[in-house]
Order: sequence, then C-alpha cells, then structure tokens
Amino acid sequence: MLLVVLDHDRGELDESTREALTFGRVLAAKMGAPMEAALVGSDDGDLVAAAAEHGAATVHTCVHEILVDYGPDAHGSVVAQMVEALDPAAVLAGGSDRGNEVMAHAAARLDTALATNCLDVAPGDPWSMTRLQWGGSLLEDCTLEGDVALLTCAVHALAAAPAGGRRAEIRPFTAALNETHAVTMVRDRIVGEAGVTLSTANVVCGGGRGVGSEEGFAPLEELAALLGGRVGCSRAVTNLGWRPHSDQVGQTGTRIAPEIYIASGISGAVQHWVGAMASKHILAINTDREANMVAKADWAVIADLHEVIPAIIEEVRHRRG
Amino acid sequence: MKILVCVKRVPLPGARINVTDDGLEVDAAHLGFTTSPHEECAVEEAIRQKERHGGEVTVLTLGPSEAEEQLRYAASVGADHAVLVETDGAPWDPQRTAAALADVIRELEGGDPFDLVLFGNESADSGGFQVGIRVAVALGRPTVQGVKGIEVSGGVVTVRRAIDAGFEVYELPRPCVLGVREGLNLPRYPTMKGRLASKKLEIRALTTDVDPGGQTRVRLHRPVEAVSETVILGEGPDAAAAVVDVFAELGVL
Ligand SMILES: Cc1cc2nc3c(=O)[nH]c(=O)nc-3n(C[C@H](O)[C@H](O)[C@H](O)COP(=O)(O)OP(=O)(O)OC[C@H]3O[C@@H](n4cnc5c(N)ncnc54)[C@H](O)[C@@H]3O)c2cc1C
Repeated sequence: MLLVVLDHDRGELDESTREALTFGRVLAAKMGAPMEAALVGSDDGDLVAAAAEHGAATVHTCVHEILVDYGPDAHGSVVAQMVEALDPAAVLAGGSDRGNEVMAHAAARLDTALATNCLDVAPGDPWSMTRLQWGGSLLEDCTLEGDVALLTCAVHALAAAPAGGRRAEIRPFTAALNETHAVTMVRDRIVGEAGVTLSTANVVCGGGRGVGSEEGFAPLEELAALLGGRVGCSRAVTNLGWRPHSDQVGQTGTRIAPEIYIASGISGAVQHWVGAMASKHILAINTDREANMVAKADWAVIADLHEVIPAIIEEVRHRRG
Repeated sequence: MKILVCVKRVPLPGARINVTDDGLEVDAAHLGFTTSPHEECAVEEAIRQKERHGGEVTVLTLGPSEAEEQLRYAASVGADHAVLVETDGAPWDPQRTAAALADVIRELEGGDPFDLVLFGNESADSGGFQVGIRVAVALGRPTVQGVKGIEVSGGVVTVRRAIDAGFEVYELPRPCVLGVREGLNLPRYPTMKGRLASKKLEIRALTTDVDPGGQTRVRLHRPVEAVSETVILGEGPDAAAAVVDVFAELGVL
C-alpha cells in the first residue's frame, strides 16, 4: 500500500496536496498497490472528498485536540505511528515546507531514509529516484533502502489531475500523543499584506548588481508600478542591503512565474535562474552580451539599464497618452 | 547563552553547474566555496543573540578538511569556537550526517546542552530538508524549520516562520533546535580585526564512527534545458519602442 500524507492548514488543502495525490496515483500503479491517504488533524468531508477525487480508496483520519493547529512534532509522530500500524510499502507527501518537515520528523522517528523533492520514483529493491538538488539546478539519481520508502515529490513535478469522484472509506486512527508533542505548535499567526506579491505578480522588474545603488531602483519601481507589477532583485543586491530579502528571486529567495520578467543588470547565475525560470517570457537588459541572462532570455537590450529603463517608462507613458 | 551553529561548505557555481566524470560530485576544480546561505544567516543570528544576551557561539561543520575555511570565516564575524568533523571526502547521506552530528554535539555538551542549536533549513547543494530535524529528534529537543525571526526572552524562544499568507509564531523552551532561512537577517562582513583573529583560531577536530544510511547517490546530472534564441531588440535607449511593442504583444501594457 502507498500512503499519501495530505498537507492542509486547519482544513484548507495546500496546493501541493493534489499534486502529491496525482504523483501517488502514478506511483501506486507502478507498485501494483492501492493508494490510501493520511489526514492528520482533521476528518473534514471536503478533504476526504478531495482525496477520493484524486484516487485514494481509503482515508486514515487522526483527530486529536493537539492536532488541530499544525505542529511538526505531533504531525510527524502520527505519520510515524501510522507507518508502524498500517505497514505501508511507501509513504509520500508533497514537497511543500510542511510536507518535507512532517516527513523528516517521521523519518527521524522511524530511523529510516527519506528522499525529498523527487521528480520520478521507481519501486524496487532498492527503490530508485531522481530528486532535486540546488533547488532544481541539478538532479540526483539515487537509491533508497529501508523497510518503508519515505518520499516527498517536488512541487510542480507534475500537474494535479483528478481521477473521478469515487467515495473513500474513512478509517479513524488513534495515535498515542502527549503534552511533549504539543511543544512545537502554531501559537499565533501574523497575516501579511494582501495584494500582488512577488510570487503571484504578472510583471516582475528585477534588478541586479548592475543597478548600482539603492536609489538606482527608483526607475524599476516606477516601471513596475506602471505595469502593475513588482520589483525583484538578485542576492547580490540583498547582500548589499539595497533591497529587502523579500524581493530576492532565486533558490534561497522567491520563485516567480510572471507573464514577463524584465531582468536588468542581472548576470543570471544558476541560483538566480531557478527562481526565474518559470517566467513565461524574459527580457534581459545588460551591458554584457555574453551574460547568461541574455542567453536565456527571449529578448534582450544590450545597453546601460540607466539609459534604457527611463526610455521605456517614457515610451509607455507616451503610448498611453 | 550557549549557541551552536551547524554549517556546510558548498561550491559557488556561476552560470551552470558541472559534474565530475564519475557523476558523484559537483566539479569544483575551478570554483570557490562558501557557507550555505541559510547557515550564513544562522551564524549572524547566533552572533546577534550573543551580543544581546551574552554567551558563546560555536560553529560546527562536517566535511572535508578544507571546510576549515568556512569555520574561520564564521570566526571572522564573531564565532568563538570551531569544530571540524572530517569526512572521508565522499558525500554523506542525511541519516549518516545527522547521526554523526548528534554524536558530536553530545560530546561537546558533556551534559550541559547548548541553549540553541541552529541549522540552515536545507543545505544549498543536496537540499535534503532533514538533517536538523533528525539531530533534534536524536537529542530529544523541540524543533521548528523555516525560521525567519528569533526572540529569546528568559526560557522562551519565540520564532516566526514565513508562510504564504504571513507568519506562523511558535514558542519553544530552551534547549531547542531551529532550522533558519535566508532573510532572517543581513549577515555582516568581517572586519580586518576579525579576519586576523580568525587566523589564530584553534579548530577542534572530532571524529565519529557512524554507518551510512539508506540513501545512496548514483549520479548527478543537469536537467534538460530548453534552448532559446534571444532576439536582440537594440543596443541603446532607442530600443524602448521595440520593448514596449513586446509589452503590448503580451498584453501587459
Ligand atoms: C547556495 C547559493 C544560493 C544562492 N541563491 C541566490 C538567489 O536566491 N538569488 C540570487 O539572485 N542569487 C543567489 N545566489 C548568488 C548567485 O550565485 C549570484 O552571485 C547572484 O545572483 C549575482 O547577482 P547579480 O546578477 O546581480 O550580480 P553579478 O553577477 O555581479 O551581475 C551583474 C550584471 O549586471 C550587468 N551590468 C552591470 N552594469 C550594468 C549596467 N549599467 N546596465 C546593464 N547591465 C549592467 C553585468 O554585465 C552583469 O551581468 C546564490 C548563491 C549560492 C552559492
């Protein structure tokens, strides 16, 4: 049996969960085994229905007062206890922050190997998989040995696809939990500002070291505002203190997916590129024709960004009249 | 307050990552090395906490002997002690790494635990997302990952972690283990004085004997990339008209 752990926040399914169920369905078929789901901290009908819709025949629910709010320790312990009681051949979660965290807690408790952020998995003895390294700039083929294969699948490894609306059987699971599991539990939430964020913006005006200074970002701000977009930056810029880290695009920053990414004065190092590669189109503005960002872009202007960006702003204003 | 920071030495690739002929490692023959960015912030945070509350900061790395460079760098920005657990040079899997670190931490503590043990959320290269958690579980200490804010007040460690919609807040007792992310702070640069002092730092070498875990690397390779033809729109400000044509074509004007 393949057990898929559902990532949700107080009954709200994380985007990665439907992908994980879809990934699980493909994997279960390769295993020639049924797919079941683990729903920790809820027995909400909508979540069970979502699991069923994506092909889980059985949903193991575990409801307990210390599981209502997320806690890595408690949620990971329940998954470990489910592994011991239900004896699945493999356990899979989505590669979200929580998915990876819960599976690592389970793996630590079971003292078993865990392969995170897999793109492709083949059952066997040993199991084999391809997983992300360097945030996706590099891939690793590896093998996994153990009594149970513990896995997470990379976010967007495949597109979520429902399998039809069958019903799933609910099987309540009783876990042994005590106060120590509740030590790391969400105590409070701070809601951020609403509106267009870097990760959801349709236009991103990115600036790198070539922008030259904190003040140098004013024209990028202006262009972003004109196009209803957001300013992004490279790590060189964050390290120089010109922009906050929340503007950083890349492996250790934000992953963007705009209609167009205007990358100015950015060389296009791999760690920047992995955060930008989901952009639908890229325009590079760079004095260096050989820059990697220019090579990877759809369009490029080979010139000083300090001259080009004001000219673009003027042209946008002019056309709008 | 006694703080331990676990850091990893990683290569610093530029426009592409090349792999050695045997496929087992990043070809770093022509590359510099750095501390994994999340851990750079962990080191900075440890020093800030020390400046606020007093105490000592120890940095620990498991890696090749060359990882001494990253320990000295940490010392140059304010770490007090450094410990190197030298590996055989081969990549260690997460279970083995965590088991070794837990052993070494117990030995360093000798029954008097570090108030905080900081890790990077995930290593920049292998990205396993698990070593810190495995160490915390082995030591029987509470842990939270993805940390972007730490406040220590008395026995309580309040941490923030970024989620899509804002932040989650956790309250942990001491001792605890935290996995931090870049953006937690802006790391300082070393001073000349710090640099000189770090050269004299004595590095404690420890060894452990732990078995490999269940995950074994077979080969590294680059993902297949779409090759794109770049259309050059111009070489000066007069390219603006062509740029705005593109905006119009994409419907973002
Ligand atoms: C583990 C790890 C994680 C990392 N994570 C990230 C990350 O998340 N995001 C990230 O961005 N980086 C990340 N980096 C850093 C990355 O490797 C690069 O150092 C960084 O992206 C370089 O930033 P840059 O392109 O702004 O600067 P540079 O590489 O210095 O490039 C500046 C560019 O500006 C151009 N230029 C200069 N002047 C002008 C001008 N007047 N007009 C037009 N063009 C001009 C130059 O030709 C050059 O191409 C990471 C590194 C490591 C090791």
